Amino acid sequence: MAETVTVEEKEPLFSKKNRQLLIDPLNDQNPITIQVLGICSALAITTQVKNAVVMTISVMFVMMAGNVIVSLLRNGIPDRIRIIVQLVIVAALVILVDQVLKAFVYDVSKQLSVFVGLIITNCIIMGRLEAFALANKPWPSLLDGFGNAIGYGWVLVVVAVVREILGAGKIFGIQIIPDAVYAFGYMNNNFVILPPMALIIVGIIIWIQRSKNTALIESH
Amino acid sequence: MKFLKNIVDSVKPNFEKGGKLQKYWPVFDGFETFLFVPGHATENGAHIRDGIDLKRTMVTVILALVPCLLFGMYNVGYQHFLAIGESAEFIDMVIYGAIRVMPLVIVSYGVGLGVEFLFCIKNGHSIQEGFLVSGMLIPLIMPVEVPLWMVAVATAFAVVFGKEVFGGTGMNILNPALTARAFLFFAYPTKMSGNSVWIATDGMQTVDGYTGATALGNAVEQGVAGIPPFMDAMIGIIPGSVGETSVLACLIGAVILIASGIGSWRIMLSMIIGGYVMGYLFNIWGANSYMEIPAHHQLVLGGFFFGMVFMATDPVSAAQTNMGKWIYGFFCGLLGIMIRVFNPAYPEGIMMAILFMNVMAPLIDHYVVQGNISKRLKRAQVIA
Repeated sequence: MAETVTVEEKEPLFSKKNRQLLIDPLNDQNPITIQVLGICSALAITTQVKNAVVMTISVMFVMMAGNVIVSLLRNGIPDRIRIIVQLVIVAALVILVDQVLKAFVYDVSKQLSVFVGLIITNCIIMGRLEAFALANKPWPSLLDGFGNAIGYGWVLVVVAVVREILGAGKIFGIQIIPDAVYAFGYMNNNFVILPPMALIIVGIIIWIQRSKNTALIESH
Repeated sequence: MKFLKNIVDSVKPNFEKGGKLQKYWPVFDGFETFLFVPGHATENGAHIRDGIDLKRTMVTVILALVPCLLFGMYNVGYQHFLAIGESAEFIDMVIYGAIRVMPLVIVSYGVGLGVEFLFCIKNGHSIQEGFLVSGMLIPLIMPVEVPLWMVAVATAFAVVFGKEVFGGTGMNILNPALTARAFLFFAYPTKMSGNSVWIATDGMQTVDGYTGATALGNAVEQGVAGIPPFMDAMIGIIPGSVGETSVLACLIGAVILIASGIGSWRIMLSMIIGGYVMGYLFNIWGANSYMEIPAHHQLVLGGFFFGMVFMATDPVSAAQTNMGKWIYGFFCGLLGIMIRVFNPAYPEGIMMAILFMNVMAPLIDHYVVQGNISKRLKRAQVIA
């Protein structure tokens, strides 16, 4: 499909504009830290890195597929019922993801529980469909979906890494803080497991990002 | 003094603009003004000034905390020797207590001031003395057996997220010391509650019948029968966090704070009323044995008085308007007792109540101010 699009567009696959679609969501237009979307899932499922990665992949699939489908249908969708059409598309994709997760990684699926279903209402997905896919061709939409999923994913994974190390002393379920440290009286931090601390960690990421990225520093 | 002044003056050029250590000017400035009256005068604009600056304010509060600290040391020793069943002289108890408490104080000040200096140097503003009080409060609201590294982590967390992210001293919405305690309470519950952390036993054999539970811990299980006599709680020879047990020591502090005009008597009084009202309502209800604890007895247990005198009155995080202070204090007391009785998982509800009311304080102030404006508008319209 990618090739046909190139022919239509008559511009290089990764032109400067298209590359911008990929790079912007990572930093300057990050869905979580800048647009503050998709926070609920970022707080709820980031207690383990594994969950965060699975969640990222799920969202990536839904976002890319949803973007492409809506983009293909964009000229046929009546304006008045576009939200319903988008919802139907996203819901179908999410059910697909849910079933796949249940079939192949049942334990993760159980831990993600309701949050897989809640991908439907993930603000990032609806936001990208509304803001981008409805007005752009399939290939840029695909890139946009991919970029935003990665932008969402890296924050998720960073939060999850911090929470899993401090909260359980593990990464991907493998213990990385040696028993000797525990023997000295070190203890896992239960607060990190609770959602409020996830919010604080997201806050720290935003803090660091805003202090490094000159484009984001507000002038007072 | 002359000697000290000479040293300060001789190193001063290094820190001034153009000097080698210019970056560390805030640190130098902080120490210099701590030792001597600042030598610079206000340069422009009209200012209402008082003879008291932030540093003196903080020192007054620390002064008010001294009775709690000293009694805390004595009580740590007293509880220790009581638990292991040895008799000891008064002085032995104080010395033992001092040995246990001073490390907490040192860690709290060391870490807290370190973080504060770091932010001051990074942001290039002069050191504000807000932490002088927080650094003293933190050890006083810890169980004596809490590991030192936990105190360090909690202090760093409280200074950064309780204060610096909001813009430093005077801008915080939460009381930093309570932030530190709440952090530990949720992060390491096994070290912050239960029966094994309140009395320093050093792993020694304890006497028969020793439980190590606090008055509130006992109250949850046994109700009226489990709590110590009123006078014991008043004087403070009961297990608990280091500095919170003695109501008398807190009251001495309260007198100092009120006399110097630093602590608000409105908050203190309304908090007592709030706590008493809630306790009395529970007495009337009497659904379980805990609720039957007499209201006045309820107030002297746990950290109610300590929280009231030193935490709720924090001028930064409390309500600012006089009417707001009454409301704020009343609900601190009311909610504190309510949480304590309703949720046995949070035996010390005062911490939660004060933090919650810290968050609510700006809202209270907003409505008090709005109410005043609309009242005066109405009056103006009647005349017109």
